[in-house]
Amino acid sequence: MKPLRRFLDNIKPSFEKGGKLEKFYPAFNAIETFLYVPGDTTLPGSVHVRDAIDLKRTMILVLLAMMPCLFFGMWNAGYQHYLSIGVAGTTLFDNLLFGATKVVPIVIVSYVAGLSVEFLFAIIRKHQVNEGYLVTGSLIPLVMPVDVPLWMVAVATIFAVVIGKEVFGGTGMNILNPALTARAFLFFAYPTKMSGDEVWINTSLAKGQQLVDGFSGATPLGNAAAGFADKIPDFSDSFFGFIPGSIGETSTLACLIGAAILLYTGIGSWRIMLSVFIGGFLMALIFNLIGANTLMQIDPAHQLVLGGFAFGAVFMATDPVTAAQTNKGKFIYGFLIGLLAIMIRVFNPAYPEGMMMAILFMNVMAPLIDHYVIEANIKRRMKRKKISNE
Amino acid sequence: MAKHIKINKGLNIKLIGEAGQLIEVLPLPETFVLKPTDFKGLVPKLLIKEGDEVLTGTPLFYDNDNETIKFCSPVSGEVVQILRGEKRKILEVKILADKEIRFLKFDRAAPKDLTRETIIERLLNSGVWPFIRQRPYGIVANPADNPKSVFISAFDSNPLAPDLNFIMKDQDEDFQTGLDALQRLTEGKVHLNIKSGIDNPSVFADAKGVEVNQISGPHPAGNVGVQIHHIDPVNKGEVVWYVQPQDVLVIGRLFNKGKFDLSKTIAVTGSMVNAPKYYQTIAGASIKNIMADAGLKEGVSRIISGNILTGKQIDSEGYLNFYDSQITVIPEGDEPEFIGWLKPGLDKFSVSRAFFSWLMPGKKHDLDTNMHGEERPFVMTGQYEKVFPMDIYPVQLLKSILVEDLELMEKLGIYEVIEEDFALCEFVCTSKIESQHIVSKGLEMIRKEFG
Repeated sequence: MKPLRRFLDNIKPSFEKGGKLEKFYPAFNAIETFLYVPGDTTLPGSVHVRDAIDLKRTMILVLLAMMPCLFFGMWNAGYQHYLSIGVAGTTLFDNLLFGATKVVPIVIVSYVAGLSVEFLFAIIRKHQVNEGYLVTGSLIPLVMPVDVPLWMVAVATIFAVVIGKEVFGGTGMNILNPALTARAFLFFAYPTKMSGDEVWINTSLAKGQQLVDGFSGATPLGNAAAGFADKIPDFSDSFFGFIPGSIGETSTLACLIGAAILLYTGIGSWRIMLSVFIGGFLMALIFNLIGANTLMQIDPAHQLVLGGFAFGAVFMATDPVTAAQTNKGKFIYGFLIGLLAIMIRVFNPAYPEGMMMAILFMNVMAPLIDHYVIEANIKRRMKRKKISNE
Repeated sequence: MAKHIKINKGLNIKLIGEAGQLIEVLPLPETFVLKPTDFKGLVPKLLIKEGDEVLTGTPLFYDNDNETIKFCSPVSGEVVQILRGEKRKILEVKILADKEIRFLKFDRAAPKDLTRETIIERLLNSGVWPFIRQRPYGIVANPADNPKSVFISAFDSNPLAPDLNFIMKDQDEDFQTGLDALQRLTEGKVHLNIKSGIDNPSVFADAKGVEVNQISGPHPAGNVGVQIHHIDPVNKGEVVWYVQPQDVLVIGRLFNKGKFDLSKTIAVTGSMVNAPKYYQTIAGASIKNIMADAGLKEGVSRIISGNILTGKQIDSEGYLNFYDSQITVIPEGDEPEFIGWLKPGLDKFSVSRAFFSWLMPGKKHDLDTNMHGEERPFVMTGQYEKVFPMDIYPVQLLKSILVEDLELMEKLGIYEVIEEDFALCEFVCTSKIESQHIVSKGLEMIRKEFG
């Protein structure tokens, strides 16, 4: 690897202060630090040794945790496609291959569009390219329906990075989860393309193929909202994810594998994940006892494995920047996300996918939750002072 | 009532290069320095000039804000150099030591027979006073204050820290006299905090006239700030004084022997040291002959006066900082590492389990000074809280300092912390934020405004 290092060292001066390409330093820096962890040492007057973790390592692990969802999503795209046209006996490889032809382009578009904007902003605003997009770039495809037009992915990504993140100052400063911002943008800007029963399963037909009788491309939640109780798949299908839905969200099992990686490495917050599930379960349980409509009648445990609930709990709600930051706040934040997600799901048939709305809403509320948690800490300190002065 | 405090949050960083239990005595080095920069916030006024002869205990400079606080020569000899930096700021007063050390003579007395005023006067005149520091701010105590209590942490929990039980044993007499003097300084209690669950030597376990509290848990359990927080927290307007155990001995020797005797035992530690062990020396001594004796391994190394978390880098021919009893030498890590963030990282140390080194939990590490990444805005949350055993929100406090909101800093507890309390936060930070530097800035702002 010496020649590469030598090459980088050779071209480095032209990007540094006074060099011809000085303007593009952030771009060069991003590539250089991507290839090599810098040899920078700790300052003589600070901590002399640092923990080996950095944001690049953190983000790459989150990415790794999403891989089960991504690969399952690809497989499921193929599986649902062949199911819809009545082709039986497809192999794992067939399904994966078909899914890949649909999913990989979305991933590529998401990364190309998003990273272009990131680099552009880094150069204009002279800040470093942040690793956050490594994760966002994969989260966006995973919350898209498989048949979403690629231009829409590009538009949504650019909107999310610019409005969701860069206008606030980049990763670490944003209020809303960028990936959900992308999805919400599409949901409200192109509702016909983002809901209903057209986009969740690819139904492109080759010559001589036709859709199976009684086919409906709606998601289970869409069906339930419409009152078709018989079209809700059973618990195990929903848990393993053999159901239509956004690319990465259908398999609760894949999400849980991701959760295990995040929790074991200490990157994801167990407080948030746990409280989301508790909040969702309690809300679903209450509605289940009332049982006024089809969605209410779904078993509470079953509610948690449908739609994007698990995916949202594991990968979206836990985004440290947009979640509550205090440990107590995280419990409240997560609990309310779970609660609201099921509530929106049940009460608002226009948005059967309540998870996205719940998380975005709680993103906005998170600073308020933290504010009250910290106020309580301040009050404790004031009280202590009073006691000691008496 | 003596307390038993259990610290749950924190982190012990296990490193190679612990000092062997052996105290080496070398001939005294030629030169000594007293560095005004070791005393935070001090504006020194010189009392001597180059070429002057001084005795051990002759004042070299005093505190411009408080003329009674004097800083005295650690040895007898000749002032050979007054090193100045930018704006003629005094950096070092260097003394060429006599072959035979001569001491200024002070009166001997049992502190129990003296009044508070006399004790303070004697501590100030002899130059022992600067060993007494205060919270808030971690600066030399103001003799005009009435501290609500005095704290002594009898153990150092920092990485590779000297074993105070080993250093201090058999010094019961001087230590007790020192405690007696401190007891006179406060209307409250003197808290001596010992490590629980081990066999503490009589110097600590049988100390009289003080509260002996038991502390257990990982680092920073030994940090006096953490102990104060759990035993007698500092509120706005209150002052707590604290002294290190070896410095209590200096106080004791002043009253027992009538001498300003800065002898101390230091630990020379770290993976780059051939033979890590203890050395008998004097505060402010050149480390040259000690380093030559201990021997360094091949390679570029960093010499730190103090420990890897809170110490300051010094030159291989440099001097021990005033309050330190430890030298750590570790390798510099200035090599770029190809896609280092992607490797399994069996040799890397992390609190998270992001590297596969978690497979070997008991392993002692050989860590270098590499940053392992670039500085970023705050992204991860909950990391600092895991190593910060106080009822304070560390990230929020740092942010209040960054936006220079003095009122919020007060509310969030800035009076209870100094830089060292944030050292572990800085160590674990994914975003590589310089927390100690930020805290230092915050304390400076508060001190200027209210101080």
